[in-house]
Amino acid sequence: MKKIYRSIRLYTHYVSINIRSMMQYKTSFFLTAIGQFLVSFTAFLGMFFMFERFSNVEGFTYSEVLLCFSIMLLDFSLAETFARGFDTFSDMVRHGEFDRVLVRPQNEIIQVLGSKFELTRIGRMIQSIAMFAYGISKSQIAWNFPKILTVVFMLIGGTAVFSALFVIYASLCFFTLDGLEFINVFTDGAREFGKYPIGIYGEKMLRFATFFIPYALIQYYPLLYVLGHRSDTILIFLPLLACWFLIPALLLWKFGVRHYKSSGS
Amino acid sequence: MITMEHVCKSYKIAKRNAGFGEACKALFHRKYEVIHALHDVTFTIGDGEMVGYIGPNGAGKSSTIKILSGILTPDSGTVLVDGRIPYKNRIEHVREIGVVFGQRSQLWWDVPVIDSFELLKDIYSISDFGYKQSLEELTALLNLSELLRSPARQLSLGQRMRCEIAASLLHRPRILFLDEPTIGLDAVSKLAVQDFILQQNKSHGTTVILTTHDMQDIEALTSRIILIGKGQILMDGTLDDIKKGGGSIDETVAQLYRTYDI
Amino acid sequence: MKKYLSFFRLRFTMGLQYRAAAFAGIVTQFAWGFMEIMVFRAFYHADAAAFPMSFSATASYLWLQQAFLAFFAAWMMENEIFDSIVNGNIAYELCRPINIYNMWYSRSIANRLSRAVLRCFPILIVAAFLPQPYGIETPASLLHFILFLITLALGLAVTVSFCMMIYMLTFFTISPQGLRMGFTSTVEFFAGAVIPLPFFPEKIQKILELLPFASMQNVALRIYSGSMGNSEMQKAILLQVFWLIAVTIAGKLLCRLAEKRITVQGG
Repeated sequence: MKKIYRSIRLYTHYVSINIRSMMQYKTSFFLTAIGQFLVSFTAFLGMFFMFERFSNVEGFTYSEVLLCFSIMLLDFSLAETFARGFDTFSDMVRHGEFDRVLVRPQNEIIQVLGSKFELTRIGRMIQSIAMFAYGISKSQIAWNFPKILTVVFMLIGGTAVFSALFVIYASLCFFTLDGLEFINVFTDGAREFGKYPIGIYGEKMLRFATFFIPYALIQYYPLLYVLGHRSDTILIFLPLLACWFLIPALLLWKFGVRHYKSSGS
Repeated sequence: MITMEHVCKSYKIAKRNAGFGEACKALFHRKYEVIHALHDVTFTIGDGEMVGYIGPNGAGKSSTIKILSGILTPDSGTVLVDGRIPYKNRIEHVREIGVVFGQRSQLWWDVPVIDSFELLKDIYSISDFGYKQSLEELTALLNLSELLRSPARQLSLGQRMRCEIAASLLHRPRILFLDEPTIGLDAVSKLAVQDFILQQNKSHGTTVILTTHDMQDIEALTSRIILIGKGQILMDGTLDDIKKGGGSIDETVAQLYRTYDI
Repeated sequence: MKKYLSFFRLRFTMGLQYRAAAFAGIVTQFAWGFMEIMVFRAFYHADAAAFPMSFSATASYLWLQQAFLAFFAAWMMENEIFDSIVNGNIAYELCRPINIYNMWYSRSIANRLSRAVLRCFPILIVAAFLPQPYGIETPASLLHFILFLITLALGLAVTVSFCMMIYMLTFFTISPQGLRMGFTSTVEFFAGAVIPLPFFPEKIQKILELLPFASMQNVALRIYSGSMGNSEMQKAILLQVFWLIAVTIAGKLLCRLAEKRITVQGG
């Protein structure tokens, strides 16, 4: 118990030193936040123009898709803010900084998490919240406590799934630094194509997103509940179930660290 | 106390060839070669000893240090540091060692040095009292009082190096690994760092293992020299053993390399 | 001329070294293209009549976009060049008897060509074997195919000229990579990389077609399937040539200004 308390305190210390470092470059922070906002804003505009032309997609209206997009974007931004150290882990390995991590008497995961805390994602988070608010105002959802809870779970589960994908990427960096680009399909790709409810991509994709990488558990199914298309209460808890995905990710990480220690850098 | 017995380590490296034709071939077929980094490495270092670990580039120095730090697992042989196997109990082991990489900084770049120190205090779980003591002693001996409030990026190399060394000693490690600690430093800073390390060894009994190409450091700090070449320990003796022939220490070492053909 | 050719060869060879990276890149792009087509398919089910071009033309557009991504990706700029400007190493380059603009230009083209060459054939071959209308269709006619190749080259040249302008502007204002990313994604949006220009509302499309961004990937990718009428094609190609000349001249002027600034101020 004391160990967990200590770890949290250490992590908070890391976060604070990251923020203090960032504060030295206030202009750069703002410009970067704006830049990142622009990137996801163009994605929004693309979707907006499509809906000017088409009234719905596979039964989902514009405001419903907005809700879906906003939650996925917020998930991804949260994961990027906290787990950025894993997302950019190839740099750490390339510059030999992981050796420094191994020489410290602390768990490697906390150190890698603590190495980066990027608040520049805040531009995207604000966009998510704006889109979400707009989506709510335009849709006819009857909000109640279970639905709000579902959204909260979707955020937790979504952040966990994206963080797990970052951990998987980082673990692969122990084996090779080349050719890891394809992981982008599962991270950036999920963010891009997760704009739309996964159901629009067809049966096979839905199955993949349910059993292989649990995107559907954090997006599609709970979304159906929130939108009122389905009413099974089990759907509320599916996002939490999706957190199981962290387990294979962390196992792969452990395996990767062992490999790194036996093969040098 | 450090013991290494019959330690061996090899790596597999992919070969990349130059030129347009080779690059196209490499698209379809990769060749590998095996490098024997360490072969039957054996030595013992007692508490409080100051050892210089020298050899040409690629001789296996960094592999040895990595194994002793617990970062690398050897293929075979036994390694014991103060009764622990470094790579087996990583966290307990690294708590007792300090590492200084001359070319890589462990300080956060944009915040005051003291902030980095305080983070290290947390990482190494140093008690408030122990931290205060260490900090006072290190600040006094290395002249850090004006430097602590500056961010690392504003310090000169000499100033930063002093802070790096202090950072690696905050937790009072029993063993200190120094890798090129005085590289790029001016003469004054170099002497200051050398004096400090000697002093730490005298007052705290810190075991020091120094890997460097800088023979001045070797002369000033170490009494014992281990020479490694092509993965094998070629010589394990004192400074006087090498200096037999007269001439400057650099010449002596160059001659040594020629003798052993490394 | 010879020295630019050797820069070209060096970069090209370097680009070929990374086999695993190439393979992963192909898989990534293939997945991306596939998913994009799925999105458009879903919209097609919603309202086929609202499609400004046929579905198979859209699919071909998307596959060609992936295959030749390296040509048009505005964000694919070289950090080395940015770094050398920011930290002043560029001063050393100026000491050599070389025209910086031409050197960086040939370097960029070589970079993009080598990346594209590795990836376009596998993607196009697989896309050709996909069941219609999801795969890539054959070009509308031989003439269209020839025009496609020409406008592809023109589009590449416009893109690189535009990137050169961005490099040159960095001499005068230093912006962090974050803002640069935001800027390039806006450029890509207007170029038709997020959704093809025909899917924009009419009025906006009319404006965008006059901008230099529409002269990058938009023209070639649409000419391939014959989505453009003859007069449209003529107009588009003329615009491409116009923008190529305009942006290149602007870039070279900025380059000369930058050089003067460095030699006077000392970087």
